Amino acid sequence: MSNQALEVFMPISIMMGIAVLLFIGALLAAKFLSPFKPNKNKNMPYECGEEPVGTAWSMFNVRFYVVGLIFIIFDVESVLMFPVAVIFKKMVSLGLGSYVLIIFLSFVFILISGIAYCWKKGDLDWVKSYTKTSIRDAE
Amino acid sequence: MENTIGGFFLKFDFIKNAIASGSSAIGFDLTMLFYIMMFLVGAVAITALLATVGGLGTYAERKISADIQARIGPNRVGPFGILQFLADGIKMMTKEDIMPSGADKFLFYLAPFLCIFGVFSTFAVIPFSEGLQLTNLDIGIFYLIAIASLVGVGIFLGGYASNSKWSLLGGMRGAAQIISYEIPVTISIMSIVLLSGTLSFTEVINMQSGFPHNWFIFHNPFTFIGFFVLFIAGLAETNRAPFDLPEAESELVSGYHTEYTGIRFGLFALAEYIEIFVVSGVSVSLFLGGYNLPGHFLHGTLGAQPLQFAIFMGKTFFLYYVVIWIRWTFPRLRADHLMTICWKYLTPIAIFNLIGCAFWMVLFNGKSFYDLLMH
Repeated sequence: MSNQALEVFMPISIMMGIAVLLFIGALLAAKFLSPFKPNKNKNMPYECGEEPVGTAWSMFNVRFYVVGLIFIIFDVESVLMFPVAVIFKKMVSLGLGSYVLIIFLSFVFILISGIAYCWKKGDLDWVKSYTKTSIRDAE
Repeated sequence: MENTIGGFFLKFDFIKNAIASGSSAIGFDLTMLFYIMMFLVGAVAITALLATVGGLGTYAERKISADIQARIGPNRVGPFGILQFLADGIKMMTKEDIMPSGADKFLFYLAPFLCIFGVFSTFAVIPFSEGLQLTNLDIGIFYLIAIASLVGVGIFLGGYASNSKWSLLGGMRGAAQIISYEIPVTISIMSIVLLSGTLSFTEVINMQSGFPHNWFIFHNPFTFIGFFVLFIAGLAETNRAPFDLPEAESELVSGYHTEYTGIRFGLFALAEYIEIFVVSGVSVSLFLGGYNLPGHFLHGTLGAQPLQFAIFMGKTFFLYYVVIWIRWTFPRLRADHLMTICWKYLTPIAIFNLIGCAFWMVLFNGKSFYDLLMH
């Protein structure tokens, strides 16, 4: 077994294994301890006592999708910024601080211009008024 | 090897000698076995600690809320009702586990598992003391951010798989909220990475010390704001009030876990209470000096471990108390206000802090505010 496998993967996989064991153990214990008498009314999804109409997998607001898109952009950018952040201190101690700072700032500028664009487009407002812009565009 | 819990204990001569003599007596090298044993013992100890923290968290929540609202709170089970969480656990075990008709069975089982799995996996890197840290990964902070995101997936799947409209709404809200608030958290943590130049928890903690003037929160004005950004956004990531929209009980019945009963609901609740501990622990490690004793007292010795553990737990439980305090003091936010706070306030402030920290590093060569004043 290599050094890295012992230091990195083993403790993590042991911790994960214990989480799996805890989950399975809790479910098994509950299975033996709890009653199991399902019937049609009990298994009905809860809608405050009314009989549910249709399935729950209906259409929902498109805003969630936009938030997901913005998140992915920010997440990828922050992942790319982590290596720069790690070597920043070393670069400063080598006397290359201002050089790295300019590169770092130009990268952060892309992030800021992204959020500024979304802000201006109104994608950061949860309740976006689509009609306002579209009518103005048509005129 | 040296960076793991086993490696820490192998630094001490009497343990090393004991293993050497044991190896010669049996005939093969016991070092590897010792490492594996230490991992197992450490993991089991942390799990036991977490189950207790999660359980006592529910008790603390009820007792503190009772205190804030001038009630008595649970006082029947055990002295001052402290065994209430055991009674709750037994009750959840003995309740029927209902699977709603039309639910996606596989995802319905997977959702609480992902929550528990994501929360427990983070504890492989969280440093309780110098020794009691399963492994000191070089990319520990990065690993923690990555693996903690699994909780959001679990919450979303729980809402999606239940075939209930309340659950779906709660799950969607939860997913949107958790992924949004991950951005300020990540960027605030990144400003600490920028100042410390490492992604390892132990090294970040060793750069601070037991006295507050060396903590990263007082390093410069930007990190002072950054701590509050991290804490507020972390609060939102754990779905706690005032950010408890995914489970808003007055609008969505119970949100993503409406259809969960019995032990699987209990596992969701356990994951939530442990996640508060994770957020508090990370805030303490990165900003509030972690487990450091004043002046590196007894640093690296076996005797310091209980003291360091006590310091870490004391700070973490203080933040835990603040989290509960906030929950019972502030009203819930509206959904659009929630998104406004994240995207229009916290994220720009976090980016501003990041740029500020970068300038501070270049202008003052990474010296803290205190150092600049003194010298």
